[in-house]
Amino acid sequence: MAKLHVTTTVNGDAVEYLCEPEQTLLDVLRDELHLTGSKEGCGSGDCGACSVMLDGRLVCACLVLGAEMDGRSVETIEGMAKGEKLHPLQQKFLEYAALQCGICTPGFLIAAKALLERNPDPSETEVRFWLAGNLCRCTGYDKIIQAVLDTATEMKEA
Amino acid sequence: MATNQRSTSNLKWVGTRPIRPDGVDKVTGRAKFGADTFVPGMLTGLVLRSPHPHARIKSIDTSKAAALAGVKAVITAADFPEMKSEFVPAGEMLVNHRDISRNCMARDKALYDGHAVAAVAATSGSVARAALKLIEVDYEVLPHVTDVMEAMRDDAPILHDDMFTVGVEPTPDKPSNVAKRVEFGLGDIEAGFAAADVIIEREFDTAAVHQGYIEPHACVATVTEDGQADLWCTTQGHYVVRAHCAKLVGMEISKIRVTASEIGGGFGGKTVVYLEPLALMLSKKSGNAVKMVMTRDEVFRASGPTSSAHMRIKVGATKDGKITAGEAELYYQAGAFQGSPVQPGAMCAFAPYDLENVKAYGYDVVVNRPKVAAYRAPGAPISEYAVESVLDELAKKLGIDPIDFRLKNAAKEGTKAAYGPKFGPIGLVETLESAKAHDHYKAPLGPNQGRGVASGFWFNIGGETCAAINISEDGTATLMAGTPDIGGSRATLCQIAAEELGIDYDKVRPIIADTNSLGYTFLTGGSRATFSSGLAVIDAAGQIVKQMRERAAKAWEIPVEDVEWEAGVARAGGEHAGKHEPLTLAAIAATAGKTGGPIAGHAEINAQGAAPGFGTHVVDVEVDKETGRVSVVRYTAVQDVGRAIHPGYVEGQLQGGAVQGIGWALNEEYVYGKDGRLENPGFLDYRIPVASDVPMIDTVLVEVPNPRHPYGVRGVGETPIIPPMAAIAAAVENALGIRFTELPMSPPVVLAAIEAANGGA
Repeated sequence: MAKLHVTTTVNGDAVEYLCEPEQTLLDVLRDELHLTGSKEGCGSGDCGACSVMLDGRLVCACLVLGAEMDGRSVETIEGMAKGEKLHPLQQKFLEYAALQCGICTPGFLIAAKALLERNPDPSETEVRFWLAGNLCRCTGYDKIIQAVLDTATEMKEA
Repeated sequence: MATNQRSTSNLKWVGTRPIRPDGVDKVTGRAKFGADTFVPGMLTGLVLRSPHPHARIKSIDTSKAAALAGVKAVITAADFPEMKSEFVPAGEMLVNHRDISRNCMARDKALYDGHAVAAVAATSGSVARAALKLIEVDYEVLPHVTDVMEAMRDDAPILHDDMFTVGVEPTPDKPSNVAKRVEFGLGDIEAGFAAADVIIEREFDTAAVHQGYIEPHACVATVTEDGQADLWCTTQGHYVVRAHCAKLVGMEISKIRVTASEIGGGFGGKTVVYLEPLALMLSKKSGNAVKMVMTRDEVFRASGPTSSAHMRIKVGATKDGKITAGEAELYYQAGAFQGSPVQPGAMCAFAPYDLENVKAYGYDVVVNRPKVAAYRAPGAPISEYAVESVLDELAKKLGIDPIDFRLKNAAKEGTKAAYGPKFGPIGLVETLESAKAHDHYKAPLGPNQGRGVASGFWFNIGGETCAAINISEDGTATLMAGTPDIGGSRATLCQIAAEELGIDYDKVRPIIADTNSLGYTFLTGGSRATFSSGLAVIDAAGQIVKQMRERAAKAWEIPVEDVEWEAGVARAGGEHAGKHEPLTLAAIAATAGKTGGPIAGHAEINAQGAAPGFGTHVVDVEVDKETGRVSVVRYTAVQDVGRAIHPGYVEGQLQGGAVQGIGWALNEEYVYGKDGRLENPGFLDYRIPVASDVPMIDTVLVEVPNPRHPYGVRGVGETPIIPPMAAIAAAVENALGIRFTELPMSPPVVLAAIEAANGGA
C-alpha cells in the first residue's frame, strides 16, 4: 500500500511525513515523529490521554487520521513549555502532586490549557466537567482539579 | 539493618512536600513509558486471541501467515517449553509457572475469550494484522462457565481435568473447578453465636473489576544470536518479570536484562507477565527487536482483573454492642487458572476487630474468564465489604452509632488477629475517633442523601530489596532503587537519603536501576516500596556516613570514635573538639580520591517489620430516584499512615484508592454474555469514575508510627480501596432505606430496587 505524503505544522514547526492511510494522527506523532508525549490509553477517544490541539481545537489524536493533517497545525505536550520555562499548569501540577504515575498527565495538561484559554475563571464544577473526557486512575482527580483552579487564580493575577 | 527511631523534631526533608525528581519529565512528555521506546530495526508483535470462552485447540496452521511478505516470526505454545505444575511464592500471591506459561499462550485448550493462541512479528503493524488473519486455528468449541457459583455445580464444564480440590478431607476423586479450600479462625463460633442477642446473616455478590491502569501493557525485547536479552517493559517488578521470563522462555536469569520503563499505573495488575515472554520468543526466532503493545480491548479481555465473588456472612452481637462471633464463607472466582486472592480475603475479613470467636472459609474457583491478577489489597475489599455491611446493619439494629459500634470491637495493640499474629501499635481506634470528630460526620444532610461509614485493614509487606547510593566528587549523590516508581516513590526515597546524609534533597538524583545493575528487588506492591526501599536507602546511607567519619578521622589523624556526624558535617569531638575545622560531606567527597577512593553505600536486605494499615472512610451520597443514579457528594478518608514521608503523595494514595472504590461500588463490572464473551472491553462501557463523578476527597493522615521503621513508615497504598464499597452501601441504605448486597450499585440495579420497594413500576 502506497504511503501518503503529508505537509503539516507540529508545535509551530513545518513537518513532512509519510503515513499509511490507516494510521491515526496519534500513530504518526508517536511512531513516525517519535513525539511520544501523547499517550494511547484506549484508541477509541474514551480516555483523553492523546489530547492535542488541532487548529486550536481540543481533540483526541487517536480519532484523527494522519492523512487528514495536510495544511493543518497540531500542538502537543512537547510544545507546552517554552524554552526553560514550564507552563504555569505544568508547574502547578508538580507543586500539587497532581500526578502519580503520570501517563494521563500530558492529556490533562493539554485539556486544562484549552479550558483556561476559553474560560480563565472556571468553577470547580466547570473544571470537572471539562476534564471528564480525561481518565486518571491514580489520583481520584482531587489534586488535578486543585492545581487547575489554582493556576487559573494565579494567571488572572499575573 | 537500621531500626533506631529517628527524632521527629528536627527533620529537614521527611514530612515535607518537595517536587518529585521525575516530575518535569512527566509534565513535558519526556518520560518514557512502556510503549515509548524505539530500537533500530524493531518489528511489531501482535497476538491472535481466542474468540471462544472454552475450546480445544485441535490444530494451528501458521504457514500462510509465515509466508506473508514482511512476517519475520510466528509462534504458538509449541515454541515454549512445557512446564511442570509447581507453586512458588511471589509476594502477596503464589504463582505456578505452568499456569503462567499457559496463560501467556494457550496450550491444548483456550480457556477464555481473549486467551492468546499465537503471535506474529512483522515489519509493520498493518502487515502483522494481516498475518493474524491468515493463522488458521481449528477449534472444538466446548461448553463454558463464567459464574463462580455455576462453576461449582456438579454438571459444570470442567476447565482442568487434573484439578482436585486441595484442603478438603478426603481429597475428592473427581476433578472440579474448585482449586482449594482455605480456613482461618479462632475460638468457638457456635458458643459465640449462642451468646449473641442479635445475629445477622446475609449473602453478597460482587462483580469482577479491572485495575484500569491507563497505560496498556507494553514491551520491547531484543534477543541476540548468542542468547543474551534486553527487555524493556512497563511493570511493577522487573526482577519478577526477569524470573518469569527466564523460566517460560528457557533462558538463564542473568542473561536477561530487564529495564523498567516509567509505569502508567498498575494497582497489582502489572505484577505478572503477558506479552514479555512472547516478545522474547519472537525476537529469538526473528533475530530482530520486537515491540508489543496491547490494545485496550486486549487489556480488558486478557489481563487483570480481580475476582467476582459470592459470600455468606454471619455476625452475632450482644445488646450492648459486643461482637460474640463472626463467620464468613467466601467463593472467589479465579479466572481460568487457580490463584484468586481468597486466602488474603479470608484472613482480612474480620481483621479490624478484636473477636474471640471467628471463622472464615474460602474457596478458589476457576471459570472461563481471564486469570485474575492482584488488585490493590488483593481479596480484602471483597470480604471486608461484606463484613462491614453486616456490621452496619447490626449497629443499626442495636441502635448504636456505627463508629461507636466499631470502637467497642476495634483491634488494638496486643489484639490477636483471627489470622494468627498479635498486632503491634496500630491506629484503627485513632482513625475511628478522628472520623467521629470530623466536621463531615456532623454535617447536615440534604433530601435523598445518606451517610455511611466503614473501616478497612490490610497487612502490608516488606521483602527482598536492594538500594545503592554513590557519592560524586562534588558531594552530590546518585541513588539506585529497584522498586519501579509508580506514584512518587523516587521523591520519597530522595527525601530519606537527604535526611540521612545531611545534604539537600535536590543534591540526590535517583534512578530505577535495571535488573543487572542492582541486586534482586521484589516488586512495587503490597504497599512495600517506600517501606522496604526506604529501609535499604537508610542502610546504604549509613554506610556512607561511616566512611565519611573514617575519612575525617584519617584527615585529622584522630580515632574515628571521636568524629561526630550531624546534618552532613563531620566534627572533631571528645578531647579533639574545636581543634579541627569541620568537614562537610562535599569537602570529604572532593578529596575522596586521596583518602581511600570512591565513597558509596549499598544495601541488600530482606525488609522486616512491615506494619498493617487501618482506615475509616465517611461518605455522603445522593440518590436520584428517577434514574437510580447514586452520586457521591462528600467524602472523607482517614487512615493511619505511620508516618507520611511526602504527605502529598500519601494523600494521593488515599484519594486514588477511595475513587477506585467508588467505581467498584457504583459503576464497574465485567459483563459477560451467554456466549461467554466479554461485552464491555472498553472505557466507554467499562466506566471508571471521571472527574465530574466525584467530589474532592478530603484526607486525614493519622500517624501512629511503626516502631520497626526509623521514621515510623507503614504501607499506605492499598488500605484506602477497602472501606469505600461498604461505606457507600451504608450511605445508600440511609438515603433510601434499601440495603444492597451486590456490587455494583449501578443505576439499573438501584432503580429496580426503588421500583420494587414502591410495589413495582
